[in-house]
Amino acid sequence: MALTDPPKIVTARLGHEDSHTLERYLATGGYDGLRKALTMTPEAVAHQVDTASLLGRGGAGFPAGRKWSMLRKNDITYLVINGDESEPATFKDHLLIERDPHQIIEGVLISAYALQVTQAFIYLRGEFALGLERMQSALNDAYAHGAVGADIFGSGFSVDVVVHPGAGAYICGEETALLESLEGKRGFPRIKPPFFPAVHGLYGEPTVVNNVETMANIPWIITNGGAAFAALGEGRSTGTRLFALAGHVRNPGVYELEMVKTTFRDLMYAPTLGGGIRGGNALKAFIPGGVSAPWFGPDQVDLPLGQDEVGQAGSMLGSGSVVVMDSTTCVVRAAWRITKFFARESCGQCTPCREGSGWLERILYRIENGAGREEDLDLLMDLCDNISPGVAWPPQQTTICVLGPSIPSSIAAGIRMFRDEYLVHVKEGGCPFA
Amino acid sequence: MSHLSTEVQAQAEALIALYPERRSALIPLCHLAQQQDGWLRPEAMREIAELVGVTAAEVQGTATFYDMLHTEPVGTYVVSVCTNIACLLGGALELLEHAESSLGVRAGGTTSDGVITLEESECLADCDRTPCVQVNHRFMGGHTPDSFDQLMTGLRNGSLSDTVPPHGTLVRVQRNVGLMAEKEAIVAERAAMAEAQATRAKAAEAAKDAADAKAAPPAPAPGPAQAPPPDAPKVAGPPPTTTSVPASTPPSPTAKKPDAENKGPA
Repeated sequence: MALTDPPKIVTARLGHEDSHTLERYLATGGYDGLRKALTMTPEAVAHQVDTASLLGRGGAGFPAGRKWSMLRKNDITYLVINGDESEPATFKDHLLIERDPHQIIEGVLISAYALQVTQAFIYLRGEFALGLERMQSALNDAYAHGAVGADIFGSGFSVDVVVHPGAGAYICGEETALLESLEGKRGFPRIKPPFFPAVHGLYGEPTVVNNVETMANIPWIITNGGAAFAALGEGRSTGTRLFALAGHVRNPGVYELEMVKTTFRDLMYAPTLGGGIRGGNALKAFIPGGVSAPWFGPDQVDLPLGQDEVGQAGSMLGSGSVVVMDSTTCVVRAAWRITKFFARESCGQCTPCREGSGWLERILYRIENGAGREEDLDLLMDLCDNISPGVAWPPQQTTICVLGPSIPSSIAAGIRMFRDEYLVHVKEGGCPFA
Repeated sequence: MSHLSTEVQAQAEALIALYPERRSALIPLCHLAQQQDGWLRPEAMREIAELVGVTAAEVQGTATFYDMLHTEPVGTYVVSVCTNIACLLGGALELLEHAESSLGVRAGGTTSDGVITLEESECLADCDRTPCVQVNHRFMGGHTPDSFDQLMTGLRNGSLSDTVPPHGTLVRVQRNVGLMAEKEAIVAERAAMAEAQATRAKAAEAAKDAADAKAAPPAPAPGPAQAPPPDAPKVAGPPPTTTSVPASTPPSPTAKKPDAENKGPA
């Protein structure tokens, strides 16, 4: 974690060692947003979030306010928080969960009030043992403080929140798979339509599923107003966002930055941020938004960190993870490892993804290890086309969920940008970087 | 004689009570059973099945989907070395190779003394400290081959036993309250609020119609009743009509494929 300059919305408290405690939380304005929200009407609270035009921070970037407005009218409704952060090289929710759990809980409570849900669940990735302990501790303290449970702060509003552990499965980050998992089942994404859990969610009841970072923004929005949030950033990308910078930079870490106002170049090279490429090496390529996103080359470093800007350039800001690869990186090995990940994490429901990911992984493995053939390049692209027809962005899909069409991203971009390097592997009978 | 201890059974019942349906507690209960036994034994799965009201096959079918639930015995310490992209760039394959040779097991195997199980893992979300290592899902930071060997020594000589509980113990902090809000009370509370919201929406609509009728076409004068601050407290009158009322927007059956469908799972 590196502290950035203001404006700081979700990392404001992280300079304190004890940022995860109720004591520190209360000393820094904690639960004031909830107190304020409880004096407002639920629809006025929702209106502030809509005004903020807060885009979901999980990866898809769907406006939170719009998602909320789709919640089907019903006696029973649920709010489920997606804290199953597993997109490779994404480690921002991890930070928020361990270092400021109360901020997430407060966001959940405000949202639960705005949506008038029956119950809320915080689904955390099972591998976050410390995060689960911190979150449970914080929730216990919040109950004791009167912020959760029956008649919250004497307002007449009641809601219970439950922390739920996952057990290790990337696919459970997909919202319908997460709901299946929360129902005690295998994490199989559900067939769409219905597209939205807001219509048919947990146990078939209307459910809003929001990401952890999305929730962490809510208390600030209510305290300062949606308009103040919308004044930050530019266009549709409002507020700040956490960027998880990893790979070959001097200072990898999580940085909170105002949307659009910073470029990938700033993030990688600014002395207060990434600090430049490790060892003074040249930049070879970077992944702008998690391994599901197509790669960019050095010619794209001046793109601003904004959802639409990156989308128009042919990739996505996705989960907010930026992976930097320098000149010493073997692109075949990188693509192989990412594909191996998808092959392992494919839930197995759809043939193109289940079989295709394994085939792709084995072909990449043989190229990397000197047994590749020149026609393997076309074979890779043909398989990618089977999973995601056209291999374009945004991708077409032949599968229930988007894990499938995410697989070609690293392969197609690698072959387009570094075809020669693939061919060298074939011609020289192995990896030139080994 | 049941396999799960009386204490675990009591914890299991408390967990089940937190969910609208018993089956939701299936995975938390598997974690509890692992905490008791170090791994997920068939007899534990049978009892979990009875507790949550499904068949033993369904528990096993669910458990085998998840990497953290071990249906075969594992060591006291499960050591996970991440080799995914960020760690790969930080030398993870070399670290894993070192770990395999220094422990004398391949990834997936357990040392002959039963102390350490080595795993090659997917991204653990700690990517600024690479290559990332977890022991029993406690983050141990990034490691070099040397520091990795020291870590293994620490595990074997017990100097890390306070930081790292034996495998299966995931969360040492228990929830100390049950559900506080009764379901019937919640439903009644929500119904009353929905009615109040509908009344406010109707009043706002009426106020708007009245204002529209009154206002002269060239110069509409916005009065306070038409445009209260969006965060106005309950007593201050109806909220603006632009307010989004979640419950009032019925879903379209022909809902288009959302943006959300085009992106990767987070």
